[in-house]
Amino acid sequence: MNLVVSNQGLALAFILVLVTMGIAYREKLQVNRDIIVSVFRAIVQLFLVGYLLKYVFRVNNYLLTIVLALIIVFNASYNAMKRSQGITHAFRNSFLAIFVSTGVTLTVLIAVGTIKMVPSQLIPITGMIASNAMVAIGICYRNLNQAFRDQRQQILERLALGADLKEASLPILRETIKIGIQPTIDSAKTVGIVSLPGMMSGLIFAGVDPVRAIKYQIMVTFMLLSTTGIASLIATYLAYKSFYNERKQLL
Amino acid sequence: MKQIVFEKVAYQVGQQQILHNISLQIDQGEVVTIAGPSGSGKSTLVKLLASLLTPTAGQIWYQGRDITQEEPVAYRRKVSYAMQQPTLFGKTVRENLQFPYELRQLDFDEQRALAGLQAVGLTAVYLDREVKNLSGGERQRVALLRNILILPEVLIMDEVTAGLDANNREIIAQLVAQLQQEGVTIIIVTHDEQEIARASRLVEIKQGQIMTGGQASEFSR
Repeated sequence: MNLVVSNQGLALAFILVLVTMGIAYREKLQVNRDIIVSVFRAIVQLFLVGYLLKYVFRVNNYLLTIVLALIIVFNASYNAMKRSQGITHAFRNSFLAIFVSTGVTLTVLIAVGTIKMVPSQLIPITGMIASNAMVAIGICYRNLNQAFRDQRQQILERLALGADLKEASLPILRETIKIGIQPTIDSAKTVGIVSLPGMMSGLIFAGVDPVRAIKYQIMVTFMLLSTTGIASLIATYLAYKSFYNERKQLL
Repeated sequence: MKQIVFEKVAYQVGQQQILHNISLQIDQGEVVTIAGPSGSGKSTLVKLLASLLTPTAGQIWYQGRDITQEEPVAYRRKVSYAMQQPTLFGKTVRENLQFPYELRQLDFDEQRALAGLQAVGLTAVYLDREVKNLSGGERQRVALLRNILILPEVLIMDEVTAGLDANNREIIAQLVAQLQQEGVTIIIVTHDEQEIARASRLVEIKQGQIMTGGQASEFSR
Protein backbone atom coordinates (compact mmCIF):
# COMPACT_ATOMS: atom_id res chain seq x y z
CA MET A 1 0.00 0.00 0.00
CA ASN A 2 1.34 3.40 -0.93
CA LEU A 3 -1.40 5.65 0.39
CA VAL A 4 -0.12 8.83 1.94
CA VAL A 5 -2.03 12.03 2.48
CA SER A 6 0.53 14.60 3.56
CA ASN A 7 -0.35 17.28 6.07
CA GLN A 8 0.34 19.98 3.48
CA GLY A 9 -1.93 18.14 1.05
CA LEU A 10 -4.70 18.11 3.63
CA ALA A 11 -4.24 21.76 4.43
CA LEU A 12 -4.46 22.63 0.75
CA ALA A 13 -7.56 20.47 0.33
CA PHE A 14 -9.15 22.81 2.87
CA ILE A 15 -9.67 25.09 -0.14
CA LEU A 16 -12.65 22.85 -0.93
CA VAL A 17 -14.28 23.91 2.30
CA LEU A 18 -13.59 27.54 1.44
CA VAL A 19 -15.47 27.05 -1.83
CA THR A 20 -18.65 26.09 0.01
CA MET A 21 -18.10 28.87 2.52
CA GLY A 22 -17.77 31.30 -0.38
CA ILE A 23 -21.07 30.11 -1.81
CA ALA A 24 -22.73 30.35 1.58
CA TYR A 25 -21.40 33.88 2.07
CA ARG A 26 -22.48 35.07 -1.37
CA GLU A 27 -25.95 33.56 -1.10
CA LYS A 28 -26.33 34.74 2.52
CA LEU A 29 -27.14 31.22 3.70
CA GLN A 30 -25.90 31.97 7.23
CA VAL A 31 -24.35 28.56 7.61
CA ASN A 32 -20.67 29.55 7.71
CA ARG A 33 -20.49 29.23 11.47
CA ASP A 34 -22.05 25.79 11.16
CA ILE A 35 -19.59 24.80 8.45
CA ILE A 36 -16.58 25.86 10.52
CA VAL A 37 -17.85 24.05 13.61
CA SER A 38 -18.66 20.90 11.66
CA VAL A 39 -15.32 20.85 9.87
CA PHE A 40 -13.40 21.25 13.13
CA ARG A 41 -15.53 18.64 14.82
CA ALA A 42 -14.83 16.26 11.94
CA ILE A 43 -11.09 16.92 12.14
CA VAL A 44 -10.88 16.52 15.91
CA GLN A 45 -13.18 13.47 16.05
CA LEU A 46 -11.35 11.70 13.25
CA PHE A 47 -7.91 12.38 14.70
CA LEU A 48 -9.02 11.08 18.08
CA VAL A 49 -10.56 7.99 16.50
CA GLY A 50 -7.46 7.49 14.37
CA TYR A 51 -5.17 7.44 17.39
CA LEU A 52 -7.64 5.41 19.42
CA LEU A 53 -7.96 2.78 16.71
CA LYS A 54 -4.21 2.66 16.25
CA TYR A 55 -3.86 1.95 19.95
CA VAL A 56 -6.64 -0.63 20.04
CA PHE A 57 -5.34 -2.46 16.99
CA ARG A 58 -1.85 -2.58 18.44
CA VAL A 59 -2.97 -3.83 21.84
CA ASN A 60 -5.32 -6.34 20.15
CA ASN A 61 -7.12 -6.99 23.40
CA TYR A 62 -10.35 -8.94 23.29
CA LEU A 63 -12.06 -6.99 26.06
CA LEU A 64 -11.02 -3.59 24.75
CA THR A 65 -12.42 -4.47 21.33
CA ILE A 66 -15.78 -5.39 22.82
CA VAL A 67 -15.86 -2.21 24.91
CA LEU A 68 -15.20 -0.11 21.83
CA ALA A 69 -17.90 -1.95 19.87
CA LEU A 70 -20.33 -1.33 22.74
CA ILE A 71 -19.49 2.36 22.74
CA ILE A 72 -20.34 2.47 19.03
CA VAL A 73 -23.66 0.72 19.69
CA PHE A 74 -24.36 3.08 22.59
CA ASN A 75 -23.71 6.18 20.49
CA ALA A 76 -25.82 4.87 17.65
CA SER A 77 -28.68 4.19 20.09
CA TYR A 78 -28.39 7.66 21.53
CA ASN A 79 -28.63 9.21 18.07
CA ALA A 80 -31.55 6.97 17.08
CA MET A 81 -33.32 8.05 20.27
CA LYS A 82 -33.02 11.69 19.24
CA ARG A 83 -35.22 10.92 16.25
CA SER A 84 -37.95 9.28 18.32
CA GLN A 85 -40.15 12.39 18.73
CA GLY A 86 -41.72 11.38 21.99
CA ILE A 87 -41.78 7.60 21.67
CA THR A 88 -41.28 6.30 25.20
CA HIS A 89 -38.24 4.22 26.22
CA ALA A 90 -36.67 5.17 22.88
CA PHE A 91 -33.10 4.74 24.12
CA ARG A 92 -33.72 1.30 25.61
CA ASN A 93 -35.61 0.19 22.49
CA SER A 94 -32.98 1.56 20.12
CA PHE A 95 -30.17 0.01 22.12
CA LEU A 96 -31.84 -3.39 22.08
CA ALA A 97 -32.55 -3.15 18.36
CA ILE A 98 -29.02 -2.06 17.46
CA PHE A 99 -27.36 -4.44 19.92
CA VAL A 100 -29.27 -7.48 18.65
CA SER A 101 -29.04 -6.61 14.95
CA THR A 102 -25.32 -5.87 15.22
CA GLY A 103 -24.72 -8.94 17.37
CA VAL A 104 -26.55 -11.33 15.08
CA THR A 105 -24.91 -9.98 11.94
CA LEU A 106 -21.41 -10.01 13.45
CA THR A 107 -21.88 -13.51 14.83
CA VAL A 108 -22.90 -14.82 11.42
CA LEU A 109 -20.01 -13.06 9.67
CA ILE A 110 -17.50 -14.42 12.17
CA ALA A 111 -19.06 -17.91 12.23
CA VAL A 112 -18.85 -18.29 8.46
CA GLY A 113 -15.34 -16.86 8.49
CA THR A 114 -15.86 -13.76 6.35
CA ILE A 115 -14.34 -11.60 9.04
CA LYS A 116 -11.92 -12.45 11.79
CA MET A 117 -12.13 -11.71 15.48
CA VAL A 118 -9.48 -9.01 15.22
CA PRO A 119 -10.10 -5.37 16.14
CA SER A 120 -9.03 -4.03 12.74
CA GLN A 121 -11.91 -5.92 11.14
CA LEU A 122 -14.44 -6.09 13.94
CA ILE A 123 -14.55 -2.41 14.81
CA PRO A 124 -14.99 -0.90 11.34
CA ILE A 125 -17.67 -3.49 10.52
CA THR A 126 -19.46 -2.78 13.81
CA GLY A 127 -19.46 0.90 12.92
CA MET A 128 -20.94 0.24 9.50
CA ILE A 129 -23.61 -2.08 10.85
CA ALA A 130 -24.57 0.09 13.82
CA SER A 131 -24.80 3.28 11.78
CA ASN A 132 -27.06 1.63 9.22
CA ALA A 133 -29.22 0.20 12.00
CA MET A 134 -29.38 3.68 13.53
CA VAL A 135 -30.58 5.25 10.28
CA ALA A 136 -33.15 2.49 9.74
CA ILE A 137 -34.51 2.93 13.27
CA GLY A 138 -34.73 6.69 12.78
CA ILE A 139 -36.78 6.13 9.64
CA CYS A 140 -39.03 3.70 11.49
CA TYR A 141 -39.64 6.15 14.33
CA ARG A 142 -40.50 8.92 11.93
CA ASN A 143 -42.90 6.72 10.03
CA LEU A 144 -44.56 5.42 13.19
CA ASN A 145 -45.20 8.97 14.37
CA GLN A 146 -46.59 10.01 11.04
CA ALA A 147 -48.72 6.89 10.49
CA PHE A 148 -50.25 6.98 13.96
CA ARG A 149 -51.20 10.59 13.27
CA ASP A 150 -52.51 10.10 9.72
CA GLN A 151 -54.30 6.81 10.26
CA ARG A 152 -55.96 7.64 13.55
CA GLN A 153 -59.45 6.92 12.31
CA GLN A 154 -58.58 3.46 10.95
CA ILE A 155 -56.85 2.50 14.18
CA LEU A 156 -59.81 3.68 16.25
CA GLU A 157 -62.04 1.66 14.01
CA ARG A 158 -60.06 -1.51 14.51
CA LEU A 159 -59.96 -0.97 18.25
CA ALA A 160 -63.72 -0.35 18.28
CA LEU A 161 -64.24 -3.67 16.52
CA GLY A 162 -62.37 -5.38 19.32
CA ALA A 163 -58.87 -5.59 17.88
CA ASP A 164 -55.97 -5.89 20.28
CA LEU A 165 -53.13 -3.38 19.99
CA LYS A 166 -51.10 -5.50 17.63
CA GLU A 167 -54.05 -6.23 15.36
CA ALA A 168 -55.05 -2.58 15.35
CA SER A 169 -51.51 -1.49 14.46
CA LEU A 170 -50.52 -4.31 12.12
CA PRO A 171 -50.85 -2.43 8.81
CA ILE A 172 -48.71 0.37 10.24
CA LEU A 173 -46.13 -2.06 11.63
CA ARG A 174 -45.74 -3.78 8.28
CA GLU A 175 -45.48 -0.51 6.41
CA THR A 176 -42.94 0.85 8.92
CA ILE A 177 -40.61 -2.15 8.81
CA LYS A 178 -40.77 -2.08 5.03
CA ILE A 179 -39.88 1.60 4.96
CA GLY A 180 -37.00 0.91 7.36
CA ILE A 181 -35.48 -1.70 5.05
CA GLN A 182 -36.35 0.01 1.76
CA PRO A 183 -33.26 2.29 1.48
CA THR A 184 -30.98 -0.74 1.90
CA ILE A 185 -32.90 -2.62 -0.79
CA ASP A 186 -32.79 0.42 -3.09
CA SER A 187 -29.08 0.94 -2.63
CA ALA A 188 -28.46 -2.77 -3.21
CA LYS A 189 -30.12 -2.34 -6.59
CA THR A 190 -27.84 0.46 -7.71
CA VAL A 191 -24.61 -0.64 -6.08
CA GLY A 192 -21.84 -0.73 -8.66
CA ILE A 193 -23.99 1.03 -11.25
CA VAL A 194 -24.54 4.38 -9.60
CA SER A 195 -22.48 4.20 -6.46
CA LEU A 196 -19.14 2.61 -5.73
CA PRO A 197 -19.67 2.28 -2.01
CA GLY A 198 -17.17 3.03 0.71
CA MET A 199 -15.95 -0.46 1.49
CA MET A 200 -15.21 -1.34 -2.13
CA SER A 201 -13.86 2.10 -3.04
CA GLY A 202 -11.58 2.02 -0.02
CA LEU A 203 -10.15 -1.36 -0.92
CA ILE A 204 -9.65 -0.39 -4.56
CA PHE A 205 -8.04 2.83 -3.39
CA ALA A 206 -5.70 0.82 -1.23
CA GLY A 207 -4.66 -1.21 -4.24
CA VAL A 208 -6.77 -4.35 -3.77
CA ASP A 209 -7.81 -6.21 -6.91
CA PRO A 210 -11.36 -4.96 -7.80
CA VAL A 211 -12.65 -8.51 -8.04
CA ARG A 212 -11.61 -9.13 -4.46
CA ALA A 213 -12.97 -5.74 -3.45
CA ILE A 214 -16.43 -6.44 -4.82
CA LYS A 215 -16.63 -9.62 -2.79
CA TYR A 216 -16.32 -7.52 0.31
CA GLN A 217 -18.99 -5.22 -1.02
CA ILE A 218 -21.32 -8.17 -1.60
CA MET A 219 -20.74 -9.17 2.01
CA VAL A 220 -21.55 -5.63 3.10
CA THR A 221 -24.78 -5.69 1.10
CA PHE A 222 -25.82 -8.93 2.79
CA MET A 223 -24.92 -7.74 6.25
CA LEU A 224 -26.72 -4.42 5.87
CA LEU A 225 -29.89 -6.15 4.69
CA SER A 226 -29.88 -8.39 7.73
CA THR A 227 -29.05 -5.54 10.07
CA THR A 228 -31.68 -3.07 8.89
CA GLY A 229 -34.25 -5.87 8.80
CA ILE A 230 -33.61 -6.98 12.37
CA ALA A 231 -33.23 -3.44 13.71
CA SER A 232 -36.42 -2.19 12.03
CA LEU A 233 -38.38 -5.17 13.28
CA ILE A 234 -37.24 -4.89 16.90
CA ALA A 235 -37.49 -1.10 17.13
CA THR A 236 -40.95 -1.00 15.53
CA TYR A 237 -42.38 -3.76 17.68
CA LEU A 238 -40.96 -2.24 20.85
CA ALA A 239 -42.14 1.27 19.98
CA TYR A 240 -45.72 0.96 18.76
CA LYS A 241 -47.28 0.36 22.16
CA SER A 242 -46.21 3.80 23.28
CA PHE A 243 -48.98 5.22 21.06
CA TYR A 244 -51.57 3.65 23.38
CA ASN A 245 -52.35 4.00 27.05
CA GLU A 246 -52.74 1.16 29.55
CA ARG A 247 -56.50 1.05 28.81
CA LYS A 248 -55.57 0.14 25.21
CA GLN A 249 -56.80 3.50 23.98
CA LEU A 250 -55.12 5.53 21.28
CA LEU A 251 -53.28 8.52 22.73
CA MET B 1 -80.06 -4.42 37.07
CA LYS B 2 -79.59 -1.73 34.43
CA GLN B 3 -77.28 -2.77 31.63
CA ILE B 4 -75.54 0.59 31.33
CA VAL B 5 -75.19 3.22 34.04
CA PHE B 6 -73.35 6.52 33.68
CA GLU B 7 -72.72 7.90 37.14
CA LYS B 8 -71.69 11.57 37.28
CA VAL B 9 -69.39 11.11 34.34
CA ALA B 10 -67.19 13.99 33.21
CA TYR B 11 -64.58 14.26 30.51
CA GLN B 12 -61.98 16.94 30.25
CA VAL B 13 -59.13 17.58 27.84
CA GLY B 14 -56.60 19.98 29.30
CA GLN B 15 -58.65 22.92 30.54
CA GLN B 16 -61.58 22.16 28.27
CA GLN B 17 -64.54 20.47 29.95
CA ILE B 18 -66.27 18.42 27.26
CA LEU B 19 -68.80 16.54 29.40
CA HIS B 20 -70.15 17.54 32.82
CA ASN B 21 -71.82 15.36 35.38
CA ILE B 22 -73.53 12.94 33.01
CA SER B 23 -75.85 10.44 34.66
CA LEU B 24 -77.80 8.08 32.48
CA GLN B 25 -79.25 4.58 32.71
CA ILE B 26 -80.03 2.26 29.86
CA ASP B 27 -81.84 -1.08 29.95
CA GLN B 28 -80.90 -4.09 27.93
CA GLY B 29 -82.68 -4.09 24.56
CA GLU B 30 -83.47 -0.39 24.65
CA VAL B 31 -83.02 1.88 21.65
CA VAL B 32 -81.72 5.23 22.84
CA THR B 33 -81.23 8.21 20.56
CA ILE B 34 -78.63 10.75 21.64
CA ALA B 35 -79.05 14.07 19.91
CA GLY B 36 -77.42 17.45 20.12
CA PRO B 37 -75.60 20.04 18.06
CA SER B 38 -72.11 19.34 16.77
CA GLY B 39 -69.49 19.88 19.44
CA SER B 40 -72.01 19.18 22.21
CA GLY B 41 -70.04 16.16 23.41
CA LYS B 42 -72.37 13.39 22.21
CA SER B 43 -69.65 11.59 20.30
CA THR B 44 -67.34 11.79 23.32
CA LEU B 45 -70.11 10.34 25.47
CA VAL B 46 -70.40 7.22 23.34
CA LYS B 47 -66.63 6.89 22.92
CA LEU B 48 -66.46 6.73 26.72
CA LEU B 49 -69.05 3.96 26.67
CA ALA B 50 -67.08 2.13 23.96
CA SER B 51 -63.99 2.35 26.20
CA LEU B 52 -62.14 4.29 23.52
CA LEU B 53 -61.74 7.07 26.08
CA THR B 54 -61.72 6.98 29.88
CA PRO B 55 -63.82 9.41 31.96
CA THR B 56 -61.82 11.98 33.89
CA ALA B 57 -64.43 11.78 36.68
CA GLY B 58 -67.31 9.48 37.56
CA GLN B 59 -67.95 5.89 36.55
CA ILE B 60 -69.57 3.94 33.78
CA TRP B 61 -71.03 0.63 34.88
CA TYR B 62 -71.73 -2.17 32.47
CA GLN B 63 -73.86 -4.99 33.89
CA GLY B 64 -72.90 -3.89 37.35
CA ARG B 65 -69.14 -3.66 36.70
CA ASP B 66 -67.04 -0.56 36.35
CA ILE B 67 -65.86 -0.66 32.74
CA THR B 68 -62.39 0.54 33.68
CA GLN B 69 -62.02 -2.81 35.48
CA GLU B 70 -62.88 -4.75 32.33
CA GLU B 71 -60.31 -5.98 29.85
CA PRO B 72 -60.78 -3.39 27.06
CA VAL B 73 -60.55 -5.73 24.07
CA ALA B 74 -63.09 -8.26 25.39
CA TYR B 75 -65.36 -5.40 26.45
CA ARG B 76 -65.26 -3.72 23.03
CA ARG B 77 -66.32 -6.98 21.43
CA LYS B 78 -69.51 -6.81 23.53
CA VAL B 79 -70.07 -3.07 23.21
CA SER B 80 -69.44 -2.39 19.56
CA TYR B 81 -68.88 1.09 18.22
CA ALA B 82 -69.62 2.07 14.60
CA MET B 83 -68.48 5.45 13.36
CA GLN B 84 -69.30 8.04 10.77
CA GLN B 85 -67.46 7.72 7.45
CA PRO B 86 -65.79 4.43 8.22
CA THR B 87 -62.75 3.14 6.40
CA LEU B 88 -62.96 -0.27 4.86
CA PHE B 89 -59.88 -2.45 5.20
CA GLY B 90 -58.02 -4.30 2.48
CA LYS B 91 -59.33 -4.85 -1.01
CA THR B 92 -62.65 -6.66 -0.91
CA VAL B 93 -65.85 -6.67 1.11
CA ARG B 94 -64.99 -10.24 2.13
CA GLU B 95 -61.79 -9.12 3.88
CA ASN B 96 -63.84 -6.67 5.92
CA LEU B 97 -66.43 -9.20 6.92
CA GLN B 98 -63.71 -11.72 7.81
CA PHE B 99 -62.03 -9.23 10.13
CA PRO B 100 -64.26 -9.79 13.21
CA TYR B 101 -63.81 -13.55 12.81
CA GLU B 102 -60.04 -13.27 12.47
CA LEU B 103 -59.87 -11.18 15.64
CA ARG B 104 -61.62 -13.92 17.57
CA GLN B 105 -59.74 -16.70 15.76
CA LEU B 106 -63.01 -18.13 14.47
CA ASP B 107 -63.76 -19.63 11.08
CA PHE B 108 -65.47 -17.23 8.72
CA ASP B 109 -69.21 -17.92 8.58
CA GLU B 110 -69.90 -17.22 4.93
CA GLN B 111 -73.59 -18.10 5.15
CA ARG B 112 -74.08 -15.58 7.92
CA ALA B 113 -72.11 -12.97 5.97
CA LEU B 114 -74.35 -13.51 2.93
CA ALA B 115 -77.48 -13.27 5.07
CA GLY B 116 -76.04 -10.08 6.58
CA LEU B 117 -75.40 -8.57 3.17
CA GLN B 118 -79.00 -9.34 2.24
CA ALA B 119 -80.25 -7.75 5.45
CA VAL B 120 -78.53 -4.49 4.51
CA GLY B 121 -79.86 -4.64 0.94
CA LEU B 122 -76.71 -5.93 -0.77
CA THR B 123 -76.68 -9.04 -2.93
CA ALA B 124 -74.29 -11.99 -2.66
CA VAL B 125 -72.07 -10.65 -5.46
CA TYR B 126 -70.99 -7.87 -3.09
CA LEU B 127 -69.00 -10.33 -1.01
CA ASP B 128 -66.12 -10.29 -3.48
CA ARG B 129 -66.58 -6.78 -4.73
CA GLU B 130 -63.67 -4.38 -4.34
CA VAL B 131 -64.26 -1.77 -1.67
CA LYS B 132 -63.05 1.04 -3.90
CA ASN B 133 -66.06 0.43 -6.17
CA LEU B 134 -68.65 0.87 -3.41
CA SER B 135 -70.80 3.97 -2.96
CA GLY B 136 -70.77 5.86 0.35
CA GLY B 137 -73.98 4.21 1.50
CA GLU B 138 -72.74 0.76 0.56
CA ARG B 139 -69.50 1.34 2.42
CA GLN B 140 -71.37 2.38 5.52
CA ARG B 141 -73.59 -0.71 5.35
CA VAL B 142 -70.62 -3.04 4.91
CA ALA B 143 -68.88 -1.29 7.82
CA LEU B 144 -71.95 -1.78 10.03
CA LEU B 145 -71.96 -5.45 9.14
CA ARG B 146 -68.45 -5.74 10.57
CA ASN B 147 -69.89 -4.60 13.88
CA ILE B 148 -72.84 -6.98 13.96
CA LEU B 149 -71.91 -10.19 12.11
CA ILE B 150 -70.87 -11.51 15.48
CA LEU B 151 -73.76 -10.11 17.46
CA PRO B 152 -72.69 -7.57 20.10
CA GLU B 153 -74.66 -6.89 23.27
CA VAL B 154 -74.66 -3.16 22.58
CA LEU B 155 -74.33 -1.39 19.24
CA ILE B 156 -73.32 2.25 19.25
CA MET B 157 -73.99 4.03 15.97
CA ASP B 158 -72.14 7.34 16.00
CA GLU B 159 -73.77 9.40 13.23
CA VAL B 160 -73.55 6.47 10.86
CA THR B 161 -76.35 7.85 8.68
CA ALA B 162 -74.84 11.32 8.31
CA GLY B 163 -74.49 12.12 4.63
CA LEU B 164 -76.52 9.11 3.50
CA ASP B 165 -79.62 9.31 1.30
CA ALA B 166 -83.18 8.39 2.35
CA ASN B 167 -82.91 4.90 0.91
CA ASN B 168 -79.76 4.09 2.88
CA ARG B 169 -81.25 5.56 6.04
CA GLU B 170 -84.32 3.41 5.64
CA ILE B 171 -82.23 0.24 5.25
CA ILE B 172 -80.30 1.10 8.38
CA ALA B 173 -83.53 1.85 10.29
CA GLN B 174 -84.80 -1.60 9.35
CA LEU B 175 -81.56 -3.15 10.49
CA VAL B 176 -81.91 -1.39 13.83
CA ALA B 177 -85.43 -2.81 14.24
CA GLN B 178 -84.16 -6.28 13.47
CA LEU B 179 -81.25 -5.99 15.92
CA GLN B 180 -83.61 -4.77 18.60
CA GLN B 181 -85.70 -7.90 18.14
CA GLU B 182 -82.56 -9.93 18.69
CA GLY B 183 -82.12 -8.20 22.04
CA VAL B 184 -79.26 -5.84 21.14
CA THR B 185 -79.19 -2.53 22.97
CA ILE B 186 -78.83 0.24 20.42
CA ILE B 187 -77.48 3.71 20.94
CA ILE B 188 -77.95 6.07 18.01
CA VAL B 189 -76.06 9.33 17.92
CA THR B 190 -77.57 11.76 15.46
CA HIS B 191 -78.59 15.27 14.66
CA ASP B 192 -80.96 14.21 11.92
CA GLU B 193 -84.53 15.49 12.46
CA GLN B 194 -86.19 12.34 11.14
CA GLU B 195 -84.17 10.04 13.35
CA ILE B 196 -84.89 12.25 16.34
CA ALA B 197 -88.62 12.23 15.53
CA ARG B 198 -88.54 8.42 15.36
CA ALA B 199 -86.73 8.01 18.68
CA SER B 200 -88.42 5.90 21.31
CA ARG B 201 -86.21 7.48 23.93
CA LEU B 202 -84.37 10.70 23.32
CA VAL B 203 -81.42 12.02 25.30
CA GLU B 204 -80.45 15.52 24.34
CA ILE B 205 -76.99 16.89 24.97
CA LYS B 206 -76.00 20.52 24.90
CA GLN B 207 -72.66 21.93 25.91
CA GLY B 208 -71.66 18.69 27.52
CA GLN B 209 -74.76 18.25 29.64
CA ILE B 210 -77.93 16.22 29.37
CA MET B 211 -80.87 18.55 28.69
CA THR B 212 -83.85 16.25 28.54
CA GLY B 213 -84.26 12.52 28.79
CA GLY B 214 -87.00 9.94 28.85
CA GLN B 215 -86.98 9.94 32.61
CA ALA B 216 -84.57 12.75 33.34
CA SER B 217 -85.41 13.10 37.04
CA GLU B 218 -84.64 9.46 37.62
CA PHE B 219 -80.96 10.00 36.78
CA SER B 220 -80.11 12.60 39.35
CA ARG B 221 -78.97 11.01 42.52
